[in-house]
Amino acid sequence: MTVESTAARKPRRSSKRVSAAKKPQSSEPQLVQLLTPEGVRVEHPDYEIDLSADELRGLYRDMVLTRRFDGEATALQRQGELGLWASLLGQEAAQIGSGRALRDDDYVFPTYREHGVAWCRGVDPTNLLGMFRGVNHGGWDPNTNNFHLYTIVIGSQTLHATGYAMGVAKDGADSAVIAYFGDGASSQGDVAESFTFSAVYNAPVVFFCQNNQWAISEPTERQTRVPLYQRAQGYGFPGVRVDGNDVLACLAVTRSALERARRGEGPTLVEAFTYRMGAHTTSDDPTRYRHDEDRAAWEAKDPILRLRTYLENEGLADEAFFASLEEESDVLAKRVREAVRAMPDPDDMAMFDHTYADGHALVDEERAEFAAYQASFAEEGK
Amino acid sequence: MAVQKLPLAKALNESLRKALETDPKVLIMGEDVGKLGGVFRITDGLQKDFGEDRVIDTPLAESGIVGTAIGLALRGYRPVVEIQFDGFVFPAYDQIVTQLAKMHARALGKVKLPVVVRIPYGGGIGAVEHHSESPEALFAHVAGLKVVSPSNASDAYWMLQQAIQSDDPVIFFEPKRRYWDKGEVDTEAIPGPLHSARVAREGSDLTLAAYGPMVKVCLEAAAAAQEEGKSLEVVDLRSMSPIDFDTVQASVARTGRLVVVHEAPVFYGSGAEIAARITERCFYQLEAPVLRVGGYHAPYPPARLEEEYLPGLDRVLDAVDRSLAY
Repeated sequence: MTVESTAARKPRRSSKRVSAAKKPQSSEPQLVQLLTPEGVRVEHPDYEIDLSADELRGLYRDMVLTRRFDGEATALQRQGELGLWASLLGQEAAQIGSGRALRDDDYVFPTYREHGVAWCRGVDPTNLLGMFRGVNHGGWDPNTNNFHLYTIVIGSQTLHATGYAMGVAKDGADSAVIAYFGDGASSQGDVAESFTFSAVYNAPVVFFCQNNQWAISEPTERQTRVPLYQRAQGYGFPGVRVDGNDVLACLAVTRSALERARRGEGPTLVEAFTYRMGAHTTSDDPTRYRHDEDRAAWEAKDPILRLRTYLENEGLADEAFFASLEEESDVLAKRVREAVRAMPDPDDMAMFDHTYADGHALVDEERAEFAAYQASFAEEGK
Repeated sequence: MAVQKLPLAKALNESLRKALETDPKVLIMGEDVGKLGGVFRITDGLQKDFGEDRVIDTPLAESGIVGTAIGLALRGYRPVVEIQFDGFVFPAYDQIVTQLAKMHARALGKVKLPVVVRIPYGGGIGAVEHHSESPEALFAHVAGLKVVSPSNASDAYWMLQQAIQSDDPVIFFEPKRRYWDKGEVDTEAIPGPLHSARVAREGSDLTLAAYGPMVKVCLEAAAAAQEEGKSLEVVDLRSMSPIDFDTVQASVARTGRLVVVHEAPVFYGSGAEIAARITERCFYQLEAPVLRVGGYHAPYPPARLEEEYLPGLDRVLDAVDRSLAY
């Protein structure tokens, strides 16, 4: 497989044009881009990537299956099977690109929207649905796939990632840690503190900010006066903005940041510039605060479409590949549907479980009271 | 030398030293805990002996301290975090309540959070605002946390050992005005359970229940009452979550009267919980309603007023008289 030669930064100009009208901030900073919205491979002086056809098809497959899973989850919420769903629609490249940059021994601290990263870590997608169905608050073993539980309170996990990375460094390991968060979280004190701690301890952590332009109804302009990646400078570590809809660039930039962490050179802030194509969650109504034309402009930059164009134009994938992937998507969707519907409600007594690791007298007392109360109905029923 | 007479602060220092020696995963973290040895010198000399990698001066950010301690615990460490003063814990309150307390349950038991948060608390040292508060009820109210407070040097040593060994997060409230009080510490003793209360003085007419800095006040009150012919039992609760209600109940069953004493405001304080539970358990043995002595529903006052705000011997005895008058 060949990598395009010098061919032009022209596509970057085109991506700029699309967003320039509405968002003045996006017109100044340079985006790292390796695959244009038109599906053209371009070079970047600082980041290169050389993937086999297999690997490229793998990234495409990851994005397609993640989107299908996500769409299925949205549908399951509409059908009443899930209480809520936070869609990642539009952010597949940011998540798959960064997720595939990780080694098995690296550790991930996600928000509640990192379904694509979970996919890359090998977390069974059906595991992600328990909390949205209301049968648990997460519940998977974070150490099985080095993928921490979803964190709902915005930005809190960046400190956990930093502490974990401090531990990695103490252990003398060369693993790296990645903390996901968003443009809204960038305003949180915990995120600022995680920048401070990771910088002064030189912790091997990558801060991966998916700037999807919206924190529910508030645009990025309500969170920052400077491009988010520039915040890193004030803390003394590098920041880089990457085209968050370009899976190749996200992979290359994240890989480079992780390598830097492994070399003991400390944290990096990656700002993946992307767009939340869907609502914040299924409870949200974006028509109240944003314009259709904005979304339409980003549709032209779709992460999956551009890789498909590239694969087709370069003859790296044939019809059979796309057809079999379609089939695989259907199988995944069916499996997800069935798994969700089969998910049992937890036992009544489960609410007391795991409150403490070493037990607690009050929990024991209340569990016994509740059991006796429940049993009293059974006796009446006899 | 197993038995030593130590100030409470030194007992804590020895306990931390022992923990650092015993378990390589134990870390000390906090503001000024390194070279300075902490503003109360609880970590004095520890960085010199165990290195900057294990006794860690942190940036001045409480949420960051607790949040990174959580991450270190997830990596297998056992961080012992120092919050410099009671009134400075609130920037970390979110991490403590929403993350530290709940993560074990959220993971259905698959991760453990052995983090100790040490907080010097309470008044009586003539400090400026935010340096004299007693926020223990705010933590005891949260499922997933354990909350304890030693009243003497021996308990300081042993309860801190046990808190560090606990696989649950423990909020460890240190009675700062008792830091300099000396007591015997037997470092080879076999301690009782961390969350058990202790009868600190036996008596037959009324039970005083207290913890932390107020145990001393209650013991003094009991001694003074004795001179008036009243026999007061003093229960040192030691643990505010869980509370050893069995020991309190057994005492009240003998005396028929209970007065709960703490520095924290009475309103929604731990005395309210104890009064409710003991009333349920001892309704027919009580000769008087459970009374409470504590702080008022007002911001902690300027130092020149704190002697009036804090429950002292006279206010405790006043409540004793009111109870005995029923």
